[in-house]
Amino acid sequence: MVRFLVPLGVFILLAVLLFTGLWLDPKLVPSPLIGKPAPGFELARLKDPESTITQNALKGKVALLNVWATWCVSCRAEHEVLMELARKNVVAIYGLNYKDVREDAQRWLRQLGNPYVANAFDRDGRVGIDWGVYGTPETFVIDQNGIVRYKHVGPITPQVLTDKILPLVNELKSNPA
Amino acid sequence: MSLLVRFPFIVLLVWAGALSAAEDTYQFSNPEEEAQFKQLTEELRCLVCQNQNLADSNAELATDLRNEVYGMVSEGRDNQEIIDFLVDRYGDFVRYRPPVKSTTYLLWFGPFLLLVIAALLLVRAIRRRSHGGDLEFSEADRQRLEQVLRATEQKKDGGQ
Repeated sequence: MVRFLVPLGVFILLAVLLFTGLWLDPKLVPSPLIGKPAPGFELARLKDPESTITQNALKGKVALLNVWATWCVSCRAEHEVLMELARKNVVAIYGLNYKDVREDAQRWLRQLGNPYVANAFDRDGRVGIDWGVYGTPETFVIDQNGIVRYKHVGPITPQVLTDKILPLVNELKSNPA
Repeated sequence: MSLLVRFPFIVLLVWAGALSAAEDTYQFSNPEEEAQFKQLTEELRCLVCQNQNLADSNAELATDLRNEVYGMVSEGRDNQEIIDFLVDRYGDFVRYRPPVKSTTYLLWFGPFLLLVIAALLLVRAIRRRSHGGDLEFSEADRQRLEQVLRATEQKKDGGQ
């Protein structure tokens, strides 16, 4: 009897392991920034090359930093979700325009709508590297003290909003650190 | 050969030269720096094409990260500094050779563990076979067996 239990046990273990694997994304790279202060940056703003924006703009409130570009197809897909989120007015959305062309990005926002409070123009992607960006779009949740609390890789979907982003935002707003 | 005939060959040569420069060409101030750059880019992972190292990958991010590494090598930073720089931003996964940490013990020692377990099972299986196997007899069966064996031996002796 015991001799049958061992293969059965191994099988059950393997089955559970592989079953949970169906929901995992092997290409996902977890961010080492979680729990650390937002990486510092000083960039020109998208709308005005003369004015600058730094990481301090993110402090004082719960903020999202959305890394996007006009060449990024998924960013186009998530844009409507961001517009919807901006309309809700629950969290400030900042943008990091990543390795883009200024005119293209400005035109995109004019045509599709602008959910961002402000956009930092990261022409060469150096700031993106500091934030560990490897695949646009990426969205970071930053708390009132400027600490990175969550990173989502890939487009924001309504599901992601309701399951991950909004609960965290609400939690941070009601329990400021 | 006329110029017309030579022309395609010239084009081919120039094009082939350009192909070999699919990697960006960096200028190093000395061969140690070049060796350092080569070693680092071979041991750092491309986050986009995750089964390639930075040296081989053609992804744009890989180009950006190679530029970063080149910049730091030229500044005279040592390997640990450069690796730490990238690990701070991308995590341990950027190291193509995984570090030996509590989270990677299973990865590093798992195969040896499996080998040991397999060896143990093999030894047990061999021993069992050479000892006639796990035969469990009841008392009655054992006595019957002895009777049959004795009978067979007597028959053999009788036949001599």
